[in-house]
Amino acid sequence: MAENWLIKNGRIIDPKNEIDRQGDLLVVEGRIAAEQTPVPEDTREIDASGCWVVPGLIDMHVHLREPGEEYKEDIVTGTRAAAAGGFTAVACMPNTRPVNDCRAVTAMILERAGQGSARVYPVGAISSGLQGKKLAEFGELREAGAVGVSDDGLPVRDSQLMRRALEYAGDFGLTVISHSEDPSLSTGVMNEGEVATRLGLKGIPAAAEAIMVYRDIALAEQTGQRVHIAHVSTAMSVDLIRTAKARGVRVSAETTPHYFTLTDEAVEGYNTNAKMNPPLRSGKDRQAVREALADGTLDAIATDHAPHSILEKEVEFDLAANGIIGLETSLPLALALVRDGLIDAPRLVELMSTGPAAILGLPGGSLAAGQVADITVIDPGQTFTYTEEQVVSRSRNSPFLGWRLQGRAVLTMVGGRVTHGGGRILS
Amino acid sequence: MATGYFFPHRHILGIDHLSAEDIGHILTIAESFKEISARPIKKVPTLRGNTIINLFFEPSTRTRLSFEVAAKRMSADTFNISASTSSATKGETLIDTARNINAMRPDIIIIRHSHSGAPHMLTRYVDAAIINAGDGTHEHPSQGLLDLMTVHEHKGRLDGLKVAIIGDIMHSRVAHSNILGFTRMGSSVHVYGPATLIPPGLPGLGATVCSSLEEAVRDADVVMTLRIQKERQNDPLLPSFREYAREYGVTREVVALARPDALVMHPGPINRGIELMPDVADGPQSVILDQVTNGVAVRMALLYLVMGNS
Repeated sequence: MAENWLIKNGRIIDPKNEIDRQGDLLVVEGRIAAEQTPVPEDTREIDASGCWVVPGLIDMHVHLREPGEEYKEDIVTGTRAAAAGGFTAVACMPNTRPVNDCRAVTAMILERAGQGSARVYPVGAISSGLQGKKLAEFGELREAGAVGVSDDGLPVRDSQLMRRALEYAGDFGLTVISHSEDPSLSTGVMNEGEVATRLGLKGIPAAAEAIMVYRDIALAEQTGQRVHIAHVSTAMSVDLIRTAKARGVRVSAETTPHYFTLTDEAVEGYNTNAKMNPPLRSGKDRQAVREALADGTLDAIATDHAPHSILEKEVEFDLAANGIIGLETSLPLALALVRDGLIDAPRLVELMSTGPAAILGLPGGSLAAGQVADITVIDPGQTFTYTEEQVVSRSRNSPFLGWRLQGRAVLTMVGGRVTHGGGRILS
Repeated sequence: MATGYFFPHRHILGIDHLSAEDIGHILTIAESFKEISARPIKKVPTLRGNTIINLFFEPSTRTRLSFEVAAKRMSADTFNISASTSSATKGETLIDTARNINAMRPDIIIIRHSHSGAPHMLTRYVDAAIINAGDGTHEHPSQGLLDLMTVHEHKGRLDGLKVAIIGDIMHSRVAHSNILGFTRMGSSVHVYGPATLIPPGLPGLGATVCSSLEEAVRDADVVMTLRIQKERQNDPLLPSFREYAREYGVTREVVALARPDALVMHPGPINRGIELMPDVADGPQSVILDQVTNGVAVRMALLYLVMGNS
């Protein structure tokens, strides 16, 4: 049952409609009302003073672990973490058990999402069973509700298969999301460099990513199709994407908060919560990624939220699983970019809402009248320490535990339903 | 040692966390313990009643024996566990193994493991002092210390020496410990090997990467060769051992480039005729067996020092 809301005295930021104004935003029956619309009688008020009111944040790259690994996360706990982090929608990767490569799994995810706290957009597999051998049935996946396809976690080794995936996905309007890494080079466990040498850990060179990024760009250019590069971590990849965009290749790309916040030094002490794939890179790479967020080379911030239990993480570094949770820390870490003067608030909204919506062809990313009321209210000044006790996700594998963070979502609303943060509701 | 010095380490995980003062102290103690092994009755009661467990997840002859001899000469009770790393995949994790051992109240656990950082992880789960006897491609601190002791014994100093380390730097935990140890003590370390076996970032660890064998060895005070580890070569790093021997092997001619009194060292076991020619290994400049002798003294010193901090 949709409610009516008046979100009062906020800074309303909606870059898609070139809006950045102080004022009120009215939601009527779960949709954003036009300015000047009379406020219905049964409208409840939300205090947004000192806050930003933005289109609901969209995380286009998460692992919800359901079906198959519910001890790490499930759709209910994962979307609860999303809501707590200010997200109204997430796109979930297909490397579940079973793999989401068919209608049944996509449908099951969407059914479970009905009990969740955020919209869930399934991403289907590029190849059946993520085996890298034959294409999954994209038409059926699309019809069941998938918004894109990816073999995320496993690069598509076979260039012919990747080419065919780009071509065939185009027929169904599905975005192909590439985990771009050359598997013959990415056999290590952290970034190749001085830290890896000092720790005696096998390195993954930046070239492992760049080589595949270039292959994917070349295939997109050759076929005229669109490709989206997931979790860009290196300066080399950023340069390739920048020049490809300049000559009109249909490539989009995302990075994650950990690549623009941390470097491979976070691995010191064999910290398995700093192990992910691609790995944390050098300071030079981090700087390049930050600049690429500012200059438009990168289109989205996604988390690659990858829950793992202590069974996968409290082990020797070489044996630890890749990945960290990120839904609850993404917004504060991105807000640090605004405070650092690297991007402004409207750009942050583009990267975390408008951009992902455009790449995946999702509703949302806008506060235009008539839009479904997916809204995030952000207090950019609130500080908090991210501790284990307050983690909402079922897993705790975050390198940011114990960090003092600034800025967070104080209220999240999906279609007029408040999914997080009742504290700002006045009446 | 300066008055008021107190050895500050509960665990010996690597040379990286030892200061020059710590290393000097360890070597002083080791030198004083060396005499015990020369006695007719090679035993002192220092660690009587202490329990020491050798937990070896990788095959080892000399390091494990050396630690065991060291512990027994100090009158400790020693126990050896040879575990296969594959037992982890059969169900019991390293942490569970360590917790079970810990429940038997050992004082020191000496661990060798194929994964870098495994000893660091154990420190979070056990009460015993942990001594790293080699972890993955990370460090082998007792080997580094015995090498420092051997050079110090022969040269009377470590400061200002040129140390050449030749071979597989990438996979050698001995090289890593020696680069850190010798540079910390004021030596300059020059490394050389096939580019496929030189990891990035060595200058950050204090080593100079040379572009020829001659550049590395010329006027060196120490020429150390490393074992080419056949078991880690599942990556096309070298075309053949034959070519390795021809291009990178340390021969009498190579040693002649170093100072006339240069020491020839090798952590063992040697691939004779590949990285080190037999006439050099057994020649007058070789101190390879002194290294082994000093290994016992250094390990006695480490056991003594970590027990002093328990």
